[in-house]
Amino acid sequence: MSARSNILNKLRAGLAGTTPRPDEFDEKLVTEPWQYAPEDRITRLRSLMEAVQTEIHSVSSNDWPAKVQQLLDSRNLANVLYAPGTGHGQQLAEHWQSAGAKQALLAYDRPIAEWKEELFWSVDASVTGTVGGIAATGSLVLWPDRHEPRLMSLLPPLHIALLKASEVEDNLYGMMQKHNWSAGLPTNLLLVSGPSKTADIEQVLAYGAHGPKELVVLILEDC
Amino acid sequence: MSQRIPVKDLTDSFRGRAVGALADDQLRTNFRVAMDSLMKKRADAFPDEHEREGLRELGNHIKARALSQLPDLLEQLEAKLTDNGVKVHWAETTEQANRIVHSIIEAKQGTQVVKGKSMVSEEMEMNDYLAERNIECLESDMGEYIVQLDGEKPSHIIMPAIHKNRRQVSKLFHDKLGVDETEDVNELIQIGRRTLREKFLEADVGVSGVNFAIAETGTLLLVENEGNGRMSTTAPPVHVAVTGIEKVVGNLRDVVPLLSLLTRSALGQPITTYVNMISGPRKPDELDGPEEVHLVLLDNGRSGAFADAQLRQTLNCIRCGACMNHCPVYTRVGGHTYGEVYPGPIGKIVTPHMVGLHQVPDHPSASSLCGACGDVCPVKIPIPELLQRLRQENVKSPAEQPKVKDGGAKYSRKERVIWRFWTRLNTSPMFYRLFLWGATRLRKLAPKNVGPWIENHSAPVPARRSLHDLAKAHLNQGDR
Repeated sequence: MSARSNILNKLRAGLAGTTPRPDEFDEKLVTEPWQYAPEDRITRLRSLMEAVQTEIHSVSSNDWPAKVQQLLDSRNLANVLYAPGTGHGQQLAEHWQSAGAKQALLAYDRPIAEWKEELFWSVDASVTGTVGGIAATGSLVLWPDRHEPRLMSLLPPLHIALLKASEVEDNLYGMMQKHNWSAGLPTNLLLVSGPSKTADIEQVLAYGAHGPKELVVLILEDC
Repeated sequence: MSQRIPVKDLTDSFRGRAVGALADDQLRTNFRVAMDSLMKKRADAFPDEHEREGLRELGNHIKARALSQLPDLLEQLEAKLTDNGVKVHWAETTEQANRIVHSIIEAKQGTQVVKGKSMVSEEMEMNDYLAERNIECLESDMGEYIVQLDGEKPSHIIMPAIHKNRRQVSKLFHDKLGVDETEDVNELIQIGRRTLREKFLEADVGVSGVNFAIAETGTLLLVENEGNGRMSTTAPPVHVAVTGIEKVVGNLRDVVPLLSLLTRSALGQPITTYVNMISGPRKPDELDGPEEVHLVLLDNGRSGAFADAQLRQTLNCIRCGACMNHCPVYTRVGGHTYGEVYPGPIGKIVTPHMVGLHQVPDHPSASSLCGACGDVCPVKIPIPELLQRLRQENVKSPAEQPKVKDGGAKYSRKERVIWRFWTRLNTSPMFYRLFLWGATRLRKLAPKNVGPWIENHSAPVPARRSLHDLAKAHLNQGDR
């Protein structure tokens, strides 16, 4: 007998004569305490994320590349990783060319094995999109795909994330339902709620554990 | 001041280790400070009692529902994950699980493994198993890394190095890594970051645990703050997740309340920095992520707990650690005193199913039954009730067929006889009066040696006159 059938048989024996409990999921419990007026959503997201050392700027959806440039300039960074196959990646590249920005634009356009060491040690910053934000917990939702790989939001010490103001939902449950997540998830869906941190030594909070040391969110106001 | 004695070397029994821990001022201070702060954080994270209780009720319902169809959900999870390209393995014992993990690493000719935090891998003692086979298995959670570097085991399931202070960590890093001593926590963390990043880069295989396995979508959900979990599951070419069979839930939406309960109960955070939902290996056109993802489903005694409807509730656990944070016993003796992977109240009810009561005979009774653990449990496991049940199982005679692995570990014929006498004495009025008459008159003959009681007390001597006697006299006086 295989381990699988032994385990399943034992579990089935334990349930003999019983029926599965009906689903009594009460969605009010996870939605009602976490509802906000539309104008308060961003405020809430902002205050929660700022409480965990996230830097947040409101910018227009046309001007944000200039803000990225400014953020890199002020930190004296040498390069930035971007996703050339995305709309925002192209927008960034166009600005970089026209503005003559001095930082090197690194395109994540080849498999990791070809430049793993460089990605691990030599990239200063990255810019990624998000598919929305969650006001209740102050979270960004990242949906990595072939154009914008998973490690973009993890390896560089500075991660700059773009969040459309109109895509902030009240709570995780609402986000899930609205975008019908249960019908199909990407290989790696992420909720990101600040720069990486740890309190493993004496419960003293320290930022920049293994992921980004800094997280900057650019909230794009639609125009 | 007591000398600092490494608790782990002191003795093999809970009692012996407890004596050592209680005499260790530094250890007790470290735990007291940490537990006070964790309790406050949890309380602050649930300001609305009504909301909290509703959510706990829902958490309990979700876990109970999942357990009521556990075998079906496991099969659904396996089918979904397989569709998604994840290979699913089953292991009845930790030995089987280790062999599976080892064979996956061997197939890739791997020599370096980097591990995100996983209590199940601690159950398996995976690090030792792989080290014996010349495979380096490095912990990457900062706390776990510190503990591993010092050749220790975690003392708390969420905060593995909570028993150490910054000076101890500084000294450890200096001794083992050759860096300068520093008491700046930020600097200590940066040392860990640099050392481990090299390891993430080199690792052939990443190992992680799982917080929730979602049957509906075939998704493994992991929560963490550091990013080491994402590193371990994303950077190496192979990802192996190990988890207990009780971690599966039915629907994606079920994780919404569980996630909120978990992070608020554990750390008082509305959410952890990362919630990492893995539904498959790298697709052919994707640029990163592991090329292979494996899930090892481990039983290790869980099906034994599952067989009994009351004990089954043990499997509701979502491993938040709130029960230990609120436990007066845990706070005083620390995690290592329990001598097993899972310390504290949850450790006391889950460990007997894994290793048998024979190995942990004092676990069920190392509790004042104050009830704090049950009050804070986010999925409403009635821990005190289960402890009492285990106490009963612990003293059952072989003929009574104990329901727990190695039950009857504390069964004693002598004790049985004494209790039978005691029962008889208190249920028969004639026998009781006779005994009272004898006890008050022959009080001088009361035994002087009544076991451990006299270590800190003088032996009890019956009064000259019984309460019955006195009451009778008193009432007679009143009648006059």
